Amino acid sequence: MDAQAIFEKLKGKFGAAVVELQSGSFNPNFVVVDPRSIREICRFLKEDPELRFGSVMCISGVDYKDRFAVAYHLNSMELGHSIGIKAHLPHDNPSIPSVDPVWKAAIYQERETYDLVGIVFEGSCDPNRILLPDDWEGHPLRKDYQYPEHYHGIKI
Amino acid sequence: MSQGPAKRKTKPIKSNIFDVVPAPAELPKNVIQKNIERVRGTCQGGEGFVEVGVADLFINWCRKSSLWYLFYATACCGIELMQGGASKYDFDRFGAVFRATPRQADLLLVCGTISHKMAERVQRLYHQMAEPKWVIAIGACTITGGPFYKDSYCVVKGVDLILPKVDVYVPGCPPRPEAFIDGIMNLQKLIMQTKNFGNKA
Repeated sequence: MDAQAIFEKLKGKFGAAVVELQSGSFNPNFVVVDPRSIREICRFLKEDPELRFGSVMCISGVDYKDRFAVAYHLNSMELGHSIGIKAHLPHDNPSIPSVDPVWKAAIYQERETYDLVGIVFEGSCDPNRILLPDDWEGHPLRKDYQYPEHYHGIKI
Repeated sequence: MSQGPAKRKTKPIKSNIFDVVPAPAELPKNVIQKNIERVRGTCQGGEGFVEVGVADLFINWCRKSSLWYLFYATACCGIELMQGGASKYDFDRFGAVFRATPRQADLLLVCGTISHKMAERVQRLYHQMAEPKWVIAIGACTITGGPFYKDSYCVVKGVDLILPKVDVYVPGCPPRPEAFIDGIMNLQKLIMQTKNFGNKA
């Protein structure tokens, strides 16, 4: 299925929770959805016989300075199509339901997104940092991140 | 006619310590001769002079000929270290055997990028090593932070910030195994100059 067909299928199933289709020269095209219903949408994308998105390839956080976004790159190895899902979040206390009940592979991806961008995934089974030390302050890939002077007495 | 007991043949006594063990190749003969004292000794069936080397020379030579290094590879320099330990370059010629534990290692080869999360582990491994111990910093990341020097929040800008001393720096990104061997040979020269007894000049 191409992106337009996937978008229309989602729109028919979830209505207002599916906002728009961002299509352009980039691949895959992105379906912008409401963050509150991300888990249901992802479960439908995985289990629907026409879609069957079995693997989440990448989950990444984006800092737009006035808001955050979480982008999910999904791929179906069985049917050979891919789609992107994007959800916009407010800049203060960004949080979104975790999709690790749907794909186990999402656990590490969400931990990395929390670690570097600071997006909280509600209901995650492992809501910890993965790359930086546990006592690190701040999230380095945010646009307004200030580098610390020292870490444990070592100059940065 | 009774004959006396047959005279037992005795083996000739080794007269020089380096007849028993090979002499350090890079020490000229006159240095060895200067450092040798003659001791009168007896052994089975004969007596003679045994020449004994000065302890400093001997101990340093032993240490430099058995540099067991801690296999500490964190990044691409570690791949070069594996090549250096493999058959083509063969660190074993120097008696440099890698140990996967700090308890029996003399030499910490820091190979690769050290992040702030890893820094405490490096320090712990260094302190677990028994004295005497030496450190070689290998590659640009270990020496200064290398390509991550600017605008990096997570890389330690040089392993000398976290360890008390670094003996030899081997630059390169990554250095070839020849450079590793050169670093080990430089460290061996440095070890031969150390004084273990008397006035530590």
